[in-house]
Parts: sequence; structure tokens; C-alpha cells
Amino acid sequence: MLSVVTVPLTLLGLLERQPSHGYDLKREYDKFFGRGKPLPFGQVYATLGRLARDGKVTGGDAEPGAGPDRKRYAITPLGTSEFDSWLTQPIEPEPHLQTVLFSKVVLALMLGRPAETYLDAQRAAHLQRMRELTEIKRAGSLMDTLLADHGLFHLEADLRWIDVTSARLAALAETVRES
Amino acid sequence: MTSPNLLAPAARGFLVEARDICHSFGTTPALTGASLSVTAGEILAVMGPSGSGKSTLLHCLAGIFAPAKGEVWFDGHRLDTLSDDKRTEFRRTAFGFVFQFGQLVPELTVADNIALPLLLNRVRRKAAYARAGAWLPRLGLDDLGDRRTGELSGGQAQRVAVARALVARPKVLFADEPTGSLDTLTGEMVMDLLTSLAREEGTTVVLVTHDARVAAYADREVLVRDGKVINRADIQIEVSR
Repeated sequence: MLSVVTVPLTLLGLLERQPSHGYDLKREYDKFFGRGKPLPFGQVYATLGRLARDGKVTGGDAEPGAGPDRKRYAITPLGTSEFDSWLTQPIEPEPHLQTVLFSKVVLALMLGRPAETYLDAQRAAHLQRMRELTEIKRAGSLMDTLLADHGLFHLEADLRWIDVTSARLAALAETVRES
Repeated sequence: MTSPNLLAPAARGFLVEARDICHSFGTTPALTGASLSVTAGEILAVMGPSGSGKSTLLHCLAGIFAPAKGEVWFDGHRLDTLSDDKRTEFRRTAFGFVFQFGQLVPELTVADNIALPLLLNRVRRKAAYARAGAWLPRLGLDDLGDRRTGELSGGQAQRVAVARALVARPKVLFADEPTGSLDTLTGEMVMDLLTSLAREEGTTVVLVTHDARVAAYADREVLVRDGKVINRADIQIEVSR
């Protein structure tokens, strides 16, 4: 599921395609972005309420014979502008310069613990997760494959770091002891 | 009573086993006491950095090299003490191989290349080509049976190599960096094919790779470091209080 921050922007994006009801927005969201964690109705309507309050969507009148659920929402120029801005700006690359793994390795070396064994255990855990994601790709849809690939490439990057760090442990241990 | 470790690996449920093997190239040690067990039907990834000894381990398991020390067992037979001729016979009849490249005969057609192991095993020509032809749709290469393999793309050539390795229904498929020369998507296609077909055929696979995404297609992985094998079970973290 997308982070809380991106839910309003994702709903704006769905409304950019065409005006829609809350129920349909939720269904579309769950289909493409929910990945087994559907968006609660309460969150859909609360988010649409905030977007309407901020002038990014219009709620329209409730359709005859229906409750508030039957409001038809449409994106406003302000909403379109915000969505376009978010869509076209690259997201902040996350350099992870202070990762948990890094901290564990340095602390292990400082304390004379078996850093290499910790890295081996982490490698095994990463590979297990990669096997699970590969299985999802085997059995899943193209959407599942794209999401699993995203996870696989990130895990692979971690693994490369683990391998390089394993190879540099002796030098790193000296550096840690000297400082 | 016989100690479980003195039994032949087949009696202990292993199809392939290396016991404490050492092998050197000149004065450079490649394996320094490597032990490994592979269960029938298992797909095992052997990982490790360049020069760690993982390819040498595969060559020893497949009877291409005879290790200087230690034992190599296959299906209840001790492989390392057999004559060269006998080991060659095992390689031809019981093992299949996929390498990074260069294993196909470029002047021969796709069908010729797939049929080759069968012809070498004295299967009659008509039957060999019928069996080779039956593999083409499984490879997604239905229309390419008459194409020379030298004219194929890298991904197509590796798919043919997979078929050639499996056509004689080997008990073990040894694959050394089978996707090393391919781009990511093509490599995934080849790995998907290799592992799916091996599972369908019930073939055991020993796969050497430095690529974690390739290793993720296996049931289990081991790491080779400094000529020794590190199994997941060997990674024990002691918690101090």
C-alpha cells in the first residue's frame, strides 16, 4: 500500500482521469495500489473531504436517492496543478547513509562481535525474501511483477553492499579500532 | 551399527555430495575443505565472490575435475576415484550442463544442437530429432528449429542450451552463470524456463551464480568463501547477555 502522504495525490490522479464517486475511487485504488491492504472507506471520505476543503476537488451534490457516498468528485485546476507537480518532480533519492545495517556492522566491530556472521545471516534473510518475491512474480500479474521487481532491486542493492562490506571487514575493523 | 556419515549419500537421501574436498591450481588453492549435499529434485544456488571457488566446486561435483583430497559422491557412486572414461560416461548420461556461453555448435541448427546429446547416447536419429522437436514449443522457439544457432540472439541461444542440457533427461543439471551474458529481462526469462523445466522433469539443479536475483530462483543457496562452503545452518549467532 502507498504511504499516507501519497494517498491524497493518488486519489487526485484517479480523479484527473475522470470524475468519480468515493466508492469507485476506493475500488480503483485497491485494484492498482492496495496490494492486499484495501483503503478503508473512512480514509477515502476523510481524504476527499480534506481535498474539497483545500479546493483541490469539488464534491458536487449528492445524487438523488443516495447518501453522501453518492457524491461525484471532480478535480479542480488547483488539484491538477498539485498532482502534475508531484508527478513530474523526481522523488528524493534515499541515500540511507545511516542504515541499521551499517550501524550494526560498526558496533559489532567495535565490540569484537562476529560482524561477518551477522552479515551472513542478513544475506540469508535477504535471499529468503528475494525468493518469496520471485515466487510472486512467477504466479502473479504484471502489476505484481512490477512491484516485486522494485523490492528485488532494492534487496539486491543491499546484498551488494553486504558483499562489499564483507570483503572490507578487516580494513573496517582496523579503522574502527584506531578511532 | 554403521555411522550415518559412513553411508553412501544416496542412502542418506542425497543425490550429490562433496565431503571435505580440496583442489588447487598449481600452488593456488581453490577449494580448502568444501562440503556440500544436494537432495534429489532440489534446485541449489552456489554463490560467492569471484575467485571464491564456486565454479571449481561445480566442476568437482560434475566429475570434470577430480579433487586432490576429499570425496565426491553421485547417486551412491564415488565419483572422484573413477577413471576419466567412467567419469566421462557419467557426464554424458547422467548430467546436463549450461554455461555462460559457447556450449552450442554455431554451424548446426537449433534442432541439431538439441538432438546432439541423444545422438551421442546412441538414440536413433529419427527418435532423437522427434524428441528435440518436441522441446521447441516449450522453449517458445517453434519456428526456429532449422535456424543455425550462430544466428540466434543471446537469450534464444541460452534457451536452446537449456533444452540441450535437459533433453537426455539427466539426473543433475549443472549451470555455471547461465545468465551471465544476458540482460536482466532475458536472463529472467531463461531462469524461469530453466527452473520450470527442471521442476517438471524432476531434475536436480546445481546453479553457480554471483547474481542474487538468479539465486532467488533456487530452493536454497549456499555461499562459497575462501574455498569453503557456508550453509545457512552454519550461520549461528551467539547471543551474549
